[in-house]
Amino acid sequence: MPAPIRLRELIRTIRTARTQAEEREMIQKECAAIRSSFREEDNTYRCRNVAKLLYMHMLGYPAHFGQLECLKLIASQKFTDKRIGYLGAMLLLDERQDVHLLMTNCIKNDLNHSTQYVQGLALCTLGCMGSSEMCRDLAGEVEKLLKTSNSYLRKKAALCAVHVIRKVPELMEMFLPATKNLLSEKNHGVLHTSVVLLTEMCERSPDMLSHFRKNEKLVPQLVRILKNLIMSGYSPEHDVSGISDPFLQVRILRLLRILGKSDDDSSEAMNDILAQVATNTETSKNVGNAILYETVLTIMDIKSESGLRVLAINILGRFLLNNDKNIRYVALTSLLKTVQTDHNAVQRHRSTIVDCLKDLDVSIKRRAMELSFALVNGNNIRGMMKELLYFLDSCDPEFKADCASGVFLAAEKYAPSKRWHIDTIMRVLTTAGSYVRDDSVPNLIQLITNSVEMHAYTVQRLYKALLDDISQQPLVQVASWCIGEYGDLLVSGQCEEEEPIQVTEDEVLDVLEGLLVSNLSTPVTRGYSLTAIMKLSTRFSGVNRIKKVVSIYGSSIDVELQQRAVEYNALFKKYDHMRPALLERMPIMEKTATNGPTEIVQTNGETEPSVVEPKHLPPVTQPANQANDLLDLLGGNDVVPVIQTTMPTKPASAGGELLDLLGDLSLSGGPATAPASSVPTSQPSFLLDGLSSQPLFNDIAAAAIPPMTAYNKNGLKIDFTFERANPNPNVAVITIHASNSTEADMTEFVFQAAVPKTFQLQLLSPSSNVVPALNQGTVTQVIRVLNPQKLRMRIKLTYTLKGSPVQDLAEVNNFPAQSWQ
Amino acid sequence: MQFMLLFSRQGKLRLQKWYVPLSDKEKKKITRELVQTVLARKPKMCSFLEWRDMKIVYKRYASLYFCCAIENQDNELITLEIIHRYVELLDKYFGSVCELDIIFNFEKAYFILDEFLLGGEAQETSKKNVLKAIEQADLLQENIDFQMRLFAAPS
Repeated sequence: MPAPIRLRELIRTIRTARTQAEEREMIQKECAAIRSSFREEDNTYRCRNVAKLLYMHMLGYPAHFGQLECLKLIASQKFTDKRIGYLGAMLLLDERQDVHLLMTNCIKNDLNHSTQYVQGLALCTLGCMGSSEMCRDLAGEVEKLLKTSNSYLRKKAALCAVHVIRKVPELMEMFLPATKNLLSEKNHGVLHTSVVLLTEMCERSPDMLSHFRKNEKLVPQLVRILKNLIMSGYSPEHDVSGISDPFLQVRILRLLRILGKSDDDSSEAMNDILAQVATNTETSKNVGNAILYETVLTIMDIKSESGLRVLAINILGRFLLNNDKNIRYVALTSLLKTVQTDHNAVQRHRSTIVDCLKDLDVSIKRRAMELSFALVNGNNIRGMMKELLYFLDSCDPEFKADCASGVFLAAEKYAPSKRWHIDTIMRVLTTAGSYVRDDSVPNLIQLITNSVEMHAYTVQRLYKALLDDISQQPLVQVASWCIGEYGDLLVSGQCEEEEPIQVTEDEVLDVLEGLLVSNLSTPVTRGYSLTAIMKLSTRFSGVNRIKKVVSIYGSSIDVELQQRAVEYNALFKKYDHMRPALLERMPIMEKTATNGPTEIVQTNGETEPSVVEPKHLPPVTQPANQANDLLDLLGGNDVVPVIQTTMPTKPASAGGELLDLLGDLSLSGGPATAPASSVPTSQPSFLLDGLSSQPLFNDIAAAAIPPMTAYNKNGLKIDFTFERANPNPNVAVITIHASNSTEADMTEFVFQAAVPKTFQLQLLSPSSNVVPALNQGTVTQVIRVLNPQKLRMRIKLTYTLKGSPVQDLAEVNNFPAQSWQ
Repeated sequence: MQFMLLFSRQGKLRLQKWYVPLSDKEKKKITRELVQTVLARKPKMCSFLEWRDMKIVYKRYASLYFCCAIENQDNELITLEIIHRYVELLDKYFGSVCELDIIFNFEKAYFILDEFLLGGEAQETSKKNVLKAIEQADLLQENIDFQMRLFAAPS
């Protein structure tokens, strides 16, 4: 059998292959030759064959049949064989392979070999990829070598020990004695690897950490070594661009960081050396900056004095101005870590950070963006937002979602005025509209709803945006919702903030219908626009067009759309009387999230009139403690506090709640007009019930129960009238009529009621909270009581008469017998 | 350090050193994707990137990319120095090293790397000492080979 070709020969041959197929053919041929050579157990050429196999493995071809051969090479006595054998083991025999453990014995023998280079090979292999079992078996050998005086072996043993500890943490204790005088070595290799070993031990075990701090006095030793490195003259062996052994310096600084963290004494002991390194290190080359970087990280992490911290931040500030991109990147990363704790110091570098937003490098831009958001506060919001919005315009798509979310968050926290807030949102929606997160649409709708005085402005701007571009779904959704709600303001040209545009009802409907048919609109968006069109039926005069549109979609393929259209159709046909009430303006929604601009007005020289007091809100948001007053007075546990209908919580989707309304309607209810309230609020889900209990409703049963006067004092008279709720006969519906015979109006009138525990009570919103003077009108409010037995009730009345508040409590016992039978 | 890869501008792998246990399939996947990502970087971009959950440090020397994946607490700037040190060692050993040297003598490139780094950390910070150790080991190899040629029985 001719000698197998040499490695270099093979490499040369393979490189001449012009196609992948040709290469594959050569490789297969050679593999076959190698296989048969292996079968012949040829010792002479095994090494050469395995080397060739390793080359082919690097090209991506399978080489597992060489695994056992590597083992044989390792067991050989020839150094060449061992060298290639161990290399092969490291490439082919990682711990996942079955035959991995077969190496253990060979490695053990070689760890005790007479030639240090063989020992080195074994240590290297063990330290790079030894499995946990292997580490367990051989830890003792490693520990022995850690104590040898041969620095060549000692340094390798130290790193091998690091690997053993990572694989089998319980073995850490075993290496402790050997670490005793590691740091008194002169050899830099040993010093460096010892510091790595000590770092690993301190990081893993708090006990070790305190042991090294207190008992071994590690900090002074490290400080001494570091000092020598800095102060000593030129040492050609370890010099890198004028700095003595930067690798060792960096590792020592890192270990100091761990030792100094949360420990005052250690931190104090290293203060001086840190200051020295920070001020004396050359910054012209990367090496020096690497050391400074590590120093800054250490200063920020330990309990350093403030002067040192300022020094560190200033170093980072200088880094930011460095021409080298890598340095700038590293500075931004570090500043991000420290921005929470040293906020003011970092603020000083804000303009440089903002400039980094314009950098070409993606990593730098991302860091700069994160840092910019961290630095936004009430004082710099306008300037910062300008920069960030500009960034949003021009950044890569991968950033847009995060940036948009960040902008919304910052705007919510620090917006100087509502107009600014809405303008900012508009800007984000129009520039990055397709990237904003899904939950921002309801958030924005809530924000817009609550900015009552900005409605006209907002709807106008959104309308104009829609004219330009209907592709960005979140923008389109918010816009169609607003047009649905405030379309009347749009058409009537009421905008105060900017020049009102002239737009007709038909134009608006054109736009909304356009959304419905456009291919760009998602099903969700179509839902929004259909609902908006429907809402406009109560705000616009041209209802027929809307009716037509709605009926067309009653046969839409999209089930969601079809359902909406069918229900809206039903509204037109059978429930037309309810339509205005159902499609009324949305009330102000309770905010569940962070305080918005309605609550906190950030300083910027601009004050805002505080949010329009929701005077028209029914007094349903009474805090619970008022009800508890009633509880106390009724004397006892047999009273249930008032169950008042609360404001509707934030809807999950703006279009959805209308469907909820419809869902709750009991379609068997008779006709009734809309509640005679002048209040622009609506009570979803009880509307129909409330309606059915209106006195205008002709219910035979109602006539049977006589009304009664519940309260009559100081000019305020409250009458109760009764109906049985239809269809639930267990519910008594009481309507209170409050009238005022005094000369002045009673304003801020609030009626509250409490009943014993066996009953359940529900209070709907009153028609108004002003009881006009001289019996010119009444305030009505509906109470529903479940399972009325012998009903008794405590009522509490509060109102303001001629500027002074009045409060009164009374008990109502004179319910007519028929009201609960 | 988790791994180091050397690859050409066409994406051909010239050296791979893994310090974490991964299956062959995973290694291939990581290699392929990372090589693609790094090759797509423009020349003016910085040497660091976040990729998956690792920090990647890379530098191009002539036609070869040297690419390392380091842990989160590792210092990126000193990693650049480590890469540079390795290149210097190769350069001293081969005498003005070029990609072809590494292709034809890949096993030597590994030997040098294994004298410089162990388990992902630097074991020797003196250039001289690393080169001396390699020299001695090479001599050892030659001597034995020489002896073999002298005393081997004709086959």
